[in-house]
Amino acid sequence: MSETLVRLEGVSKRFGSAPLAVAEVTTTIVGGGITALAGPDGAGKTTLLRLMLGLLKSDAGKLTVCDLDPISHAHRLREVVAYMPQRFGLYEDLTVFENLRLYADLRGVAEQQRAETFERLLTLTGLAAFQSRLAGALSGGMKQKLGLACALVRAPRLLLLDEPSVGVDPISRRDLWRLIRVLAGEGIGIVWSTAYLDEAERCERVLLMNDGKLMYEGVPSELTKRMAGRTFHVRNAGEQRRAVLAVAAKRTGVIDAVIQGSNVRIVMAEGAATPSPEEFSKDSGVDIVAVSPRFEDAFINLLGSKSPAVSRLARASDNFRTTEPVIVAKDLTRRYGSFTAADRISFSIGKGEIFGLLGPNGAGKSTTFKMLCGLLRPTSGEARVAGLDVVAQTSAARNRLGYMAQKFSLYGDLSARQNLDFFAGVYGLTGAQRHDAVKRVTEAFGLGRYLDTNAGTIPAGYKQRLALACAIMHEPPVLFLDEPTSGVDPLTRREFWAHINALVAGGVTVMVTTHFLDEAEYCDRIALVYRGRVIATGSPDDLKSSVRTQALPDPTLEDAFIALVEADDRTVAA
Amino acid sequence: MSASAAVSGDRRRRVAALIRKETSQIVRDPSSLIIAVILPLTLLFLFGYGVSFDARRIEIGLVIEDPTPETGSFTSSLTSSSLFSTRTARDRRSFENDLVAGHIDGIVVLAAGFSAQAERGDRAPIQVIVDGSDPNKATLVRNYLQGIWANWLEQEAVTRGEHLSVPISVEQRVWFNPEVSSHHYLVPGSIAIILMLIGSLLTALVVAREWERGTMEALLATPVGIGELMAGKLIPYFILGMLTMALATGTALFLFGVPFRGSFAILTLMSAVFLTTALGQGLLISTVTRNQLVAAQATLISAFLPSFFLSGFVFEIAGMPLPLQIVSYAVPARYFVAVLQTLFLAGDVWSVIWPNLAGMSLIAAVYLGLTALTTKTRLD
Repeated sequence: MSETLVRLEGVSKRFGSAPLAVAEVTTTIVGGGITALAGPDGAGKTTLLRLMLGLLKSDAGKLTVCDLDPISHAHRLREVVAYMPQRFGLYEDLTVFENLRLYADLRGVAEQQRAETFERLLTLTGLAAFQSRLAGALSGGMKQKLGLACALVRAPRLLLLDEPSVGVDPISRRDLWRLIRVLAGEGIGIVWSTAYLDEAERCERVLLMNDGKLMYEGVPSELTKRMAGRTFHVRNAGEQRRAVLAVAAKRTGVIDAVIQGSNVRIVMAEGAATPSPEEFSKDSGVDIVAVSPRFEDAFINLLGSKSPAVSRLARASDNFRTTEPVIVAKDLTRRYGSFTAADRISFSIGKGEIFGLLGPNGAGKSTTFKMLCGLLRPTSGEARVAGLDVVAQTSAARNRLGYMAQKFSLYGDLSARQNLDFFAGVYGLTGAQRHDAVKRVTEAFGLGRYLDTNAGTIPAGYKQRLALACAIMHEPPVLFLDEPTSGVDPLTRREFWAHINALVAGGVTVMVTTHFLDEAEYCDRIALVYRGRVIATGSPDDLKSSVRTQALPDPTLEDAFIALVEADDRTVAA
Repeated sequence: MSASAAVSGDRRRRVAALIRKETSQIVRDPSSLIIAVILPLTLLFLFGYGVSFDARRIEIGLVIEDPTPETGSFTSSLTSSSLFSTRTARDRRSFENDLVAGHIDGIVVLAAGFSAQAERGDRAPIQVIVDGSDPNKATLVRNYLQGIWANWLEQEAVTRGEHLSVPISVEQRVWFNPEVSSHHYLVPGSIAIILMLIGSLLTALVVAREWERGTMEALLATPVGIGELMAGKLIPYFILGMLTMALATGTALFLFGVPFRGSFAILTLMSAVFLTTALGQGLLISTVTRNQLVAAQATLISAFLPSFFLSGFVFEIAGMPLPLQIVSYAVPARYFVAVLQTLFLAGDVWSVIWPNLAGMSLIAAVYLGLTALTTKTRLD
């Protein structure tokens, strides 16, 4: 039975003079299942959830939730709708139990039901053993489960989850997913907002948003089905995969192309002829195989992609040996008191290689990353970048690397041009050199339109280009990227990686941290970091095949991640 | 149980839950305790030990244009006073530069013909030049010198065995603070300033912290109402603020030795009303800013500075330009400084207490009313 829980008719919301955050959205949300509210950052997901809860007032349109007006009946509405905000709404200096009790009091849970409710929720979330632990001392995944438990202390008719899986590792993500399934089974209507399209694909219904507009509503598989017969793998591209990608990007009829391990995945335009292997490579091993479409393909199609992104960044040379080590970590260790954040981390990255650091939150990725960029001093061990010792020759080493931080360290109140000038100056470029560098990246990244606009107000995609431009102005041989594309739409992500691929083809070495397992597929090699140690290193395909079993003949990178971490847990426990 | 009773029971339970939550946070998070204990003590010590308006050892340049026995006896009455350290010269010009440079606090000129004029008693024959750029000190120097002058005249009369008719008789009796110790009025005054700062800072910061950490959004998504949210913040910080008040009062009485001549019941009542204005102002600030840094700055500028300058704690309100005098009526510390100085130094003077109580109550009501009106259970 699916009752209609939310009705929206032409609902709009605008903040100040910005474009509409939610633009005339008309839809309904029914109970009995999970509805994904999907889209990139800034698509209007959070605003829409807040409108449904009466935390924001719409500018236009009609909105009812559980047959109540969210503004005039806010109080009654909040008794039947539960909400978990992005940061879970936990009091970090209260214990797990105190948080639960607080929300039970606020939501008016009757005294006699409490013991039973708490026990059920604590068991469900696996937090029973941690009742007296401060919420601030919980791991990210546990916080998220506690946030959920607090939202559920009084069984709601509708549960709104705002990006519950952001910043959470695949294992916690999988646990959460199971938990939500149980709740959906109990008849609670669930809205799950997410920027991950693979999550949206698993929901019963999806509301797909972009720029405040509703792009699609319905069953995810029906949208995916439109792409049937249009998706292929160029198999066994191996070493040539980036060359294959470059060819695919130029071929007419290809609307999307991405690297997946040693394969290149391509999506064709409607009615385009199926490509032949010879078009991509003279190598006889290369093959073309039809694969099943994914929800993301459909989204890219909806976004109107005509052809894959091509970078205009010049390729300096294709002649270099990839065996020459450019980034070397040798027994890198960092301790904070008795806590070892990074424990004897070792790896070597060759010239022109893309190397990914993967791992759950708090595993030691960022610590390792920061030690290699000279932002953090190792307790012991050695870090070398471009032949220089990062500890002994920090500033010389830093001049040879480009760094792009997660939240794009741009000055929002300066124009794009001023940002470029500033970073050029920081890297010691002056006079004609600086002028040339700014001109070069402006052309390569197509920033001309926004040169005199404040960096804080330019569109997200351009902001990302600008951040990358600032990081590579001094043409560094080494590039560090910290979660470079979290929350951006798939087209922006592809464009970003087109630039990275172009740089790599020119001999730049790239190290990247990511949560996004699709992004990890673009890497040549990956190190899986867990509890401060590297527990596995290899190409994405190596990692996948290392966990292949009869039960799991075709594991994804996410499967590999979970299996490897769980195997490590067992070794430690034994 | 009727429906309305159930509703009010729910409401009570929500407020109790919020208070319990806040209390646990106060106990576990050192920042609230630092604001409530360390900050007031630090400020009290600063005001108590660092600031003093007592002009001990006033440096005086004494100009004797024409030495006579009378000028000699006046000089000795000046030098024998522990209040002054005196240098002598024949010409006032030799001191003018020192006065401008601040090396001396005043010049006393005994003009030629001092003795003759003093004998005739037709007009006061001494001239006192003080540096008006520091009016507090200038007034003090003038008053002290007037006292010395009056004493000297009396002495002269006794010496000559006659009754001297003094043109203006200065008879100083300092009431309430006979020691003329500035501690005794500075410390009670500073308690008002401190309580204002602490009270508004506590509420402004903790509410801003809830916005920053995203817990406010989660609270608003529950059935909790505005009044409940406000009560949940006001009650615990009211209790904490009253404890701060007790701590400050104890320090004033036992460490600084300030007398207390009023009743503690009145002090408690007045402190409670004043604290409510401070907490109310903090809440009001926090509805406007949702960021701890901005909230702290807004509190310093809108609560601390007006209390410091416009409360009569340091600067005499009657000596201010009229517009500032009018503004000072909106500063709750103005009323509380007067009340505290009266309770500590004079006693329960009802003619002082009533109007000030009325002023503070009005401001408290305005702040809380404005907060209730401007706070919404929404984000926009």
